[in-house]
Amino acid sequence: MEHYSMNLNLRIWRQKNKNDKGGFADYKVEGISSEMSFLEMIDVLNERLILENTEPVAFDHDCREGICGSCSMYINGRPHGPWHETTTCQLHMRAFKDGDTIVVEPWRAKSFPVVKDLVVDRAAFDRIIQSGGYISVNTGNAVDANCIPIEKDKADKAFAAAACIGCGACVAACPNTSAMLFVSAKVSQLALLPQGGPERKTRVRNMVAQMDKEGFGSCTNIGACEAECPKGISLENIARMNREFTIASLLSED
Amino acid sequence: MALNSKIPTGELDKKWEEYKGHVKLVNPSNKRKLEIIIVGTGLAGASAAASLGELGYKVKAFCFQDSPRRAHSIAAQGGINAAKNYQNDGDSVYRLFYDTIKGGDYRARESNVHRLAEVSVNIIDQCVAQGVPFAREYGGLLSNRSFGGTQVQRTFYAAGQTGQQLLLGAYSALERQVALGNVTMYARHEMLDVVTIEGKARGIIARNLVSGELERHFGHAVLLCSGGYGNVFYLSTNAMGSNVTAAWKAHKKGAYFANPCFTQIHPTCIPVTGDHQSKLTLMSESLRNDGRIWVPIAKGDTRKASDIPEEERDYYLERRYPAFGNLVPRDVASRAAKERCDAGYGVGSSKMAVFLDFADAIVRYGKIEAGKQGLENVSKDRIVELGKEVVKEKYGNLFDMYAKITGENPYEVPMRIYPAVHYTMGGLWVDYELMTTVPGLYCLGEANFSDHGANRLGASALMQGLADGYFVVPYTIGNYLADEIRTTEIPTSHEAFEKTEAEVKERLDKLMGIKGTQTVESFHKRLGKIIWDKCGMARNEEGLKSAIEEVRALKKEFWSDVKIPGGINEFNSELDKAGRVADLIELGELMCTDALDRNESCGGHFREEYQTEDGEALRDDEHYKYVAAWAFKSEGKWELHKEDLIYENIKIAARSYK
Ligand SMILES: Cc1cc2nc3c(=O)[nH]c(=O)nc-3n(C[C@H](O)[C@H](O)[C@H](O)COP(=O)(O)OP(=O)(O)OC[C@H]3O[C@@H](n4cnc5c(N)ncnc54)[C@H](O)[C@@H]3O)c2cc1C
Ligand code: SF4
Ligand code: FES
Repeated sequence: MEHYSMNLNLRIWRQKNKNDKGGFADYKVEGISSEMSFLEMIDVLNERLILENTEPVAFDHDCREGICGSCSMYINGRPHGPWHETTTCQLHMRAFKDGDTIVVEPWRAKSFPVVKDLVVDRAAFDRIIQSGGYISVNTGNAVDANCIPIEKDKADKAFAAAACIGCGACVAACPNTSAMLFVSAKVSQLALLPQGGPERKTRVRNMVAQMDKEGFGSCTNIGACEAECPKGISLENIARMNREFTIASLLSED
Repeated sequence: MALNSKIPTGELDKKWEEYKGHVKLVNPSNKRKLEIIIVGTGLAGASAAASLGELGYKVKAFCFQDSPRRAHSIAAQGGINAAKNYQNDGDSVYRLFYDTIKGGDYRARESNVHRLAEVSVNIIDQCVAQGVPFAREYGGLLSNRSFGGTQVQRTFYAAGQTGQQLLLGAYSALERQVALGNVTMYARHEMLDVVTIEGKARGIIARNLVSGELERHFGHAVLLCSGGYGNVFYLSTNAMGSNVTAAWKAHKKGAYFANPCFTQIHPTCIPVTGDHQSKLTLMSESLRNDGRIWVPIAKGDTRKASDIPEEERDYYLERRYPAFGNLVPRDVASRAAKERCDAGYGVGSSKMAVFLDFADAIVRYGKIEAGKQGLENVSKDRIVELGKEVVKEKYGNLFDMYAKITGENPYEVPMRIYPAVHYTMGGLWVDYELMTTVPGLYCLGEANFSDHGANRLGASALMQGLADGYFVVPYTIGNYLADEIRTTEIPTSHEAFEKTEAEVKERLDKLMGIKGTQTVESFHKRLGKIIWDKCGMARNEEGLKSAIEEVRALKKEFWSDVKIPGGINEFNSELDKAGRVADLIELGELMCTDALDRNESCGGHFREEYQTEDGEALRDDEHYKYVAAWAFKSEGKWELHKEDLIYENIKIAARSYK
């Protein structure tokens, strides 16, 4: 791999707190190595800002390896930036070249209010899980694990859906700010597994109701969510959730 | 205070049954009146919060991330052990117990480890019931793989995302309790001190990380599930936020800190590329099931891996440890890599790396696959193609991660790897009930010292975290709370809360008031360098002594010259980080002190003065077969208490993997 160094122009969204109007600020960074990660580039900027007696850019991050779902930057008009199936923290600077201008914004969605700069409040996702994203089994109630054989194909599909990291890029990518991909991933995982059977109908109804209550937009099959999802969560999950929802509504006794 | 580990009497394999049969119980109506504070929502904290909520206790759970689902456990990759013996390969509770004690180089407590092995089987059942999508075979049953330090296949996994799937299982159970009103969740909150009243833990002071406000929370008991302190090394595989603050504050309030020098360096991580590096990325140990580790036989060989013929490669683990080969425990594998690189055989531009090569595995799997599909006269290319698909299914996400970071394709060229800080076996001292030396203050998961001795085996941290939270503390806490049913909620206007909050506030003010010239990050980096160089993979008396001096000097400099922008009563990541780094610095001193005290080599603690002729760790059971539990006396002063380790069931022997 050839490594190179670059100078960049950054336009970053700065917003003091949720009530502040916020706006873009421009910064130049120099001598950025193509081997750095995107967040390490922001680290370089922040170290400089601190020494210049300015406040560093606030952003969420923790694992820095694409699994915790904390990082959430909208880079040059795309959630998590230009690389396919990649989180912001996994994006590396070799994606850019010397002299580039990079625009960085927070997720934009009514249901994800900005907390500060690039940090948003995604508690709505937790509340959706609270409404039904689980199997009701208390600790100690389980039978031997191999008493529940599961077809490999179904297990694999459930796993693929369960890979969602709850980052919210799907919402940020969607012009309607729909949360369908996130919700359907959880509904699918649990609908595909026999353990999820008993609560299948109430789960999908409750989770969809909570999603609506949180103010996420409706799904009009644009597909931007799937295209931008860092974990490759498939639109098939949305189709499955729609089926689950229809069946649950048709068969609902109440 | 003399340490009382409260190990139940009786036969090893009956202790836990006996204990559960006689432990005090709290009746359901009393449970509703008892409040429990849980700091941390990783595997240990989330499983404890869910289980205690289900039992009817009133639980308050805290994490510093924006959601409990993002705790560092989410990043665990390779798998979780359990003595299920589904593979019929001779596994048993005893064998898992034995492997863990031996893997820990005979520095863990028998009774705790045996209990861990016993409940390991329940964990898998519980997780499957929750819908955790473990890997399965075509017959629909669960699949297993091997990890280091064992000769059986007992590791359950979900591709390279096992921690994620287990944590999401525990998180969903936790959120269910939130919905039912049994657990109240405080995300973006950081615990900054424990409140003790008449010697018992009665609550915490937490800071709301969005508003900056300090809050007081009462609890009849407090559980710390706050993870490990690997970030004392600055560069580690831990998440950026992982820190020691919760445990350290408890330590200063009377909880002994045990074996801080037992830290684990993981052999297979992506090597450092430059000064900008903010963290290191693990390549799961599961890769050692199929990857072969090697360096060129010739010193300073700069050829590409593919240009180095088979007979000019040194598969040094297979050479040195034929019985376990590439699957020796982590401490052994890490030291062997360091030895080769230090001797000048390293690869890559920095020469501080070795190869982890999948070429053989790809061909082997390709042939099996061709056989399964009944293909005849298959070309070599087709075999490789088939083999890559199998490898992709097993390790796809790890290979992708590697490619994204390095820009190289590990299906085509061997990975370059080097050891990195990964896990901390040391932690708050706890007794059999997981209670620290402060009554009512418990510690679970990586934050305690309990089960892994001087070296943890792969896939055993997830097991321990979930064992502690799902199956141990829900019983043991009853034994304490049964006597607390008459304690009514203590109002947080109590002077102890007031005083502790004032101390926390004073410290924050002090930090903000320094207005120095150097960033928090720069101090953290310097701390990491001292600890890595002198208390890392190899340690010696002289280095440790100078490290202690350097850390003390760094502490002074930090408290007189750190620069923190912004204010207290607002979202301020730099202030959060400053508090954490200040605590890590103090811990660094204790780590070196502990390492200096332990004049032997065992597990992850390798003292250069104590090694065999062929460079293996040389233990000294006569003098050091104890847990070193340090009591905090005053700034920079500790008192050592020893818990003698008694082995009644295992014969201590030199650890050999040859
Ligand atoms: C990259 C990687 C891969 C790994 N892979 C494996 C594996 O395959 N198998 C295995 O067995 N182990 C593995 N491990 C080890 C294992 O993941 C950890 O030891 C384990 O997950 C720790 O869990 P925990 O619940 O103790 O703590 P954590 O998951 O670290 O959780 C700590 C929690 O405490 C909270 N917290 C901390 N301090 C405070 C505070 N002051 N106030 C409020 N909240 C606080 C955090 O917010 C978080 O919720 C791996 C570790 C790493 C780094
Ligand atoms: S579906 Fe994809 S984009 Fe949406 S939250 Fe999950 S991982 Fe993120
Ligand atoms: S920081 Fe964890 S996914 Fe990016």
